Amino acid sequence: MSDNLRKVVIDNVEITVNPALTILQACEQMNKEVPRFCYHERLSIAGNCRMCLVEVVGGPPKPMASCALQIKDLRPGPNGESPVIKTNSDMVKKAREGVMEFLLINHPLDCPICDQGGECDLQDQALSYGVDFSRYREPKRAALDVDLGPLVETHMTRCISCTRCVRFITEIAGVPEMGQVGRGETSEITSYLGQTLTSELQGNIIDLCPVGALTSKPYAFSARPWELTKTNTIDVMDALGSNIRVDSKGKRILRIIPRNHDGINEEWLSDKSRFMWDGLNRQRLDRPYIRNTSGKLEETTWDLAMTAVSEKCSQETKILAICGDLINVETLYAAKKLMVSFKGKTECRIGGSYLPPGDRGAYVGTASIADIDTAERIFLIGTNPRIEAPVLNARIRRAWLRGADIKLVGEPAELTFEYQYLGAKIKDLGKLSEKFLKSNLKKNSLIILGQGALLGLHGPNIMQAIKEFKEKTKSELLTLHVAASRVGAMDLDFVSDIGFDSSIEWSEVVLNLGVDDYDIPKGPFVVYQGSHGDRGAERADVILPGCAFTEEPGTFINTEGRPQMAFKACDGVGEARENWAILRALSDRLGVPLPFSSLEELRTQLFQENPKIASINEVPSNSWLAPRKFSKECLNYSLRTVIEDHYLTNPIARSSVLLAQLSRNNRMVKSKKEIENL
Amino acid sequence: MLKDEDRIFSNLYGMKDRSLKSSIRRGHWDDTARLMKKGAAWVVAEIKESGLRGRGGAGFPTGLKWSFMPKYQESGKPSYLVINADESEPGTCKDREILRHEPHSLIEGCLFAGFAMGAHTAYIYVRGEYIRERESLQIAIDEAYDQGLLGKNAASSGWSFDVFVHHGAGAYICGEETALLESLEGKKGMPRMKPPFPAMAGLYGCPTTVNNVESIAVVPTILRRGSSWFSQFGRPNNAGTKLFCLSGHINNPCVVEEEMSIPLKELIDKHGGGVSGGWSNLKAVIPGGSSVPLLPAKICEDALMDFDWLKEQKSGLGTGAVIVMNNQTDIVKAIWRLSKFYKHESCGQCTPCREGTGWMMRVMERFISGNADLAEIDSLLEVSKQVEGHTICALGDAAAWPIQGLMRHFRHEVEARIKANKNSNIAAE
Repeated sequence: MSDNLRKVVIDNVEITVNPALTILQACEQMNKEVPRFCYHERLSIAGNCRMCLVEVVGGPPKPMASCALQIKDLRPGPNGESPVIKTNSDMVKKAREGVMEFLLINHPLDCPICDQGGECDLQDQALSYGVDFSRYREPKRAALDVDLGPLVETHMTRCISCTRCVRFITEIAGVPEMGQVGRGETSEITSYLGQTLTSELQGNIIDLCPVGALTSKPYAFSARPWELTKTNTIDVMDALGSNIRVDSKGKRILRIIPRNHDGINEEWLSDKSRFMWDGLNRQRLDRPYIRNTSGKLEETTWDLAMTAVSEKCSQETKILAICGDLINVETLYAAKKLMVSFKGKTECRIGGSYLPPGDRGAYVGTASIADIDTAERIFLIGTNPRIEAPVLNARIRRAWLRGADIKLVGEPAELTFEYQYLGAKIKDLGKLSEKFLKSNLKKNSLIILGQGALLGLHGPNIMQAIKEFKEKTKSELLTLHVAASRVGAMDLDFVSDIGFDSSIEWSEVVLNLGVDDYDIPKGPFVVYQGSHGDRGAERADVILPGCAFTEEPGTFINTEGRPQMAFKACDGVGEARENWAILRALSDRLGVPLPFSSLEELRTQLFQENPKIASINEVPSNSWLAPRKFSKECLNYSLRTVIEDHYLTNPIARSSVLLAQLSRNNRMVKSKKEIENL
Repeated sequence: MLKDEDRIFSNLYGMKDRSLKSSIRRGHWDDTARLMKKGAAWVVAEIKESGLRGRGGAGFPTGLKWSFMPKYQESGKPSYLVINADESEPGTCKDREILRHEPHSLIEGCLFAGFAMGAHTAYIYVRGEYIRERESLQIAIDEAYDQGLLGKNAASSGWSFDVFVHHGAGAYICGEETALLESLEGKKGMPRMKPPFPAMAGLYGCPTTVNNVESIAVVPTILRRGSSWFSQFGRPNNAGTKLFCLSGHINNPCVVEEEMSIPLKELIDKHGGGVSGGWSNLKAVIPGGSSVPLLPAKICEDALMDFDWLKEQKSGLGTGAVIVMNNQTDIVKAIWRLSKFYKHESCGQCTPCREGTGWMMRVMERFISGNADLAEIDSLLEVSKQVEGHTICALGDAAAWPIQGLMRHFRHEVEARIKANKNSNIAAE
């Protein structure tokens, strides 16, 4: 046993633990459940619910809150015996029953009409520590509900004042918008000045709330948790690949909640990812379309649509496949194979950000998301993490709270932490003093490179400049993508030698896999394969309806290069088919059948050719190529951020009424601020 | 009865000038530097020897408390002395007299205490309602600065010492030491979890000692006259002289300095001018401020006013605030009023106190008219036990004890009321 471990006896079992742990954590280590409401492992300790009381034998003759008492503060026995804790003695049971009674006297017993029913901590623990009658004969307290905006519904009478929401909004989200006002039994949790919440992580307080005080507005009264089919899958709204659980009932997705993944999203989820599901039910392409002679899109059959495509394509045709933001690796693999057999081109770098093909150390980087936790210096270059990846932003905020020094080059942004703004251009990195750069060599330093830095003509040069800066400062590099499919596409070399714009000009037929953020000029024949009737479908000559990411299995590789599997949560809409299968069927029609006829076969080949993708949920280390020489002109280029409206970045989000509302609210808040600043 | 020459607070009633000049004439700031030259360890030892126990209510040995401080002092982190002048306990009004009329005893005490524990800064947290008191204290501090008694090389002792007055906003809970620290830091005055105790991580996370005004104000005199002088008063383990606040149904409500362990009867008769209506008209006494359980007249007969005797009777000396109630008192209503006070002052942070204080108050309210069930007496007691000892700070205990005291000694009266009330059997839900 090493010196810094301590022995403690919990319920007659002696264990050896790190003395910095709290009693509650030590109990968890030995799989002993301690009831709690206010304690949450990712929030600061409040110790106010008093549910986790335990008996410390030999201590003061009263139960102690196990969530706040560290092992090191326990006194050993008179002869140096290990401290003794009891979690199931009569004293503990009585204390917890007492606390439970207090919690329930003013809590409305309205479980049958409460949305939290079935997944309520209070309900669960009342089963163990509650009684079936009430001694409380006084009138119950009621509280006015608070308007927190379109996402979080409040029933403040149910609130047990655990302050988890306050702590989350203040500590993790970093926008102090909620607090407890008043005192005693009339104290209330409220948003400051009655304003609605503006945080892009506010949905998490719904999960955090142990009772039904904060519930989901869009999900309100639509199902009971035990009726839902739960599918563990991956989110594609940003490039983090947050782990989510999709809850569906029949064909409809009713809600999305986060799953814990320490390396990616911990247990948080951005509002965009959480509330975009109404977009999955609207604007859907549920059957094939074809553009008729009068220039109008009209409904057609799969057969006719395929025929129309095959008529346009021959071995001489210049075919280009382009890849949108939400496409899984399997589909890209099929498309790539198809293009190879046509000597066509492929391209994935929509938006014009330059990513160097084959150089994974640059387009993915050398760092993982978790490296933010140990970083002492963080350089944000051409990125606004708050809107590009809100959950990642929360992690950077934590690093800042821990003392990390953060510098930003690019467009100034309103982030949830303080940073030093160097300037808009890469050359502003030169403002860093020699002394600073020298000290950097001994520090854990991380560059987070946004897509905004790589936009336009200067992109390739800026990439090299960043690589040079990385070597000079001995930093790690994390390239922050905004599209869930981008890294996967780059890994499959889904790029052309001539760049995005030129390849469009070159092409005669464009196979558009869900690209909606680019207006294809007049000229090429466009086959749009996708799930939503968005901008890309408008320009299409033939539309092939595909499944959305919740309707088909697929692999996505996140911004740190970690492959993860998404699974099918419900069936596709109408005649929509799985995307890889559409391409497989198309290849038959085009006379170049692809060498697989099931997803398993496809994956076997994919994994053989790309062993890195086969190691699911692992972040492979990437080789580093030395920077090449580059034109210094790029240093004077002012960087922009790549996302204009956080809530409207992809066709699913654009189809969501809720996200449209959030976007509008956001704009209103912004313009209000601008007016105030005038 | 304490002789006049043994009184520490010679201007308790403000009959004399409270200025520095007058204070010096009365013996304050007399050769302060010489005493400090004897060293911090000597000061701590002397206070330990004197047997001084904290005058804020809990009665923790003051010298021992100071001796914790150096243990947690590391380089680079300052230590703080914080004076708790947030005197808000109903019935307690002793610190007020010190702030008004004897501010220099407190300021000099701060210098000694700060020196003893290695603190260069003291904050005095004054109760929000004490506006004149704060002014008088501030004037005294300014005087001390002008004369070089505070600041760099305070009183020519070589020790730099600053004293700042912070004015509270009138919340009872801010008299709880950790809530006081939170409030001092500019946050909402809600008690902190302990451990860590303030001596380890207090104000701004630095080692801090929080002391009551009276505990500090007696320090200079103890050091001048010697620990043995102080410890001669009172029974063993309850040494010294103490300010008692007499209020309620007595002929002459007052604050008086007396020796510890003085019989309650003597205190009331000699200084309070007797119970109104005579000693035989006495019903009960709350001996130590509103939070301690009351004592019925029978026990008051031979009660001694010190920590240990009152503790044996399941009450406490608290702050030494004696609230006298004669037979004309509606004792149930009186205790309900205290419940109402604690309900109003509960900070709302932790569950048992937030929910329990309101519950207890409402049940007590029904007991006044007897509109209750007999079984509710026991259930109220059980609720009070569920609050007591389960909360973050001692406010939960303070809310529970008066009710427990009432039921211990006057249960028959509550029962009689319930029986007399025709509507008492309220229907079950």
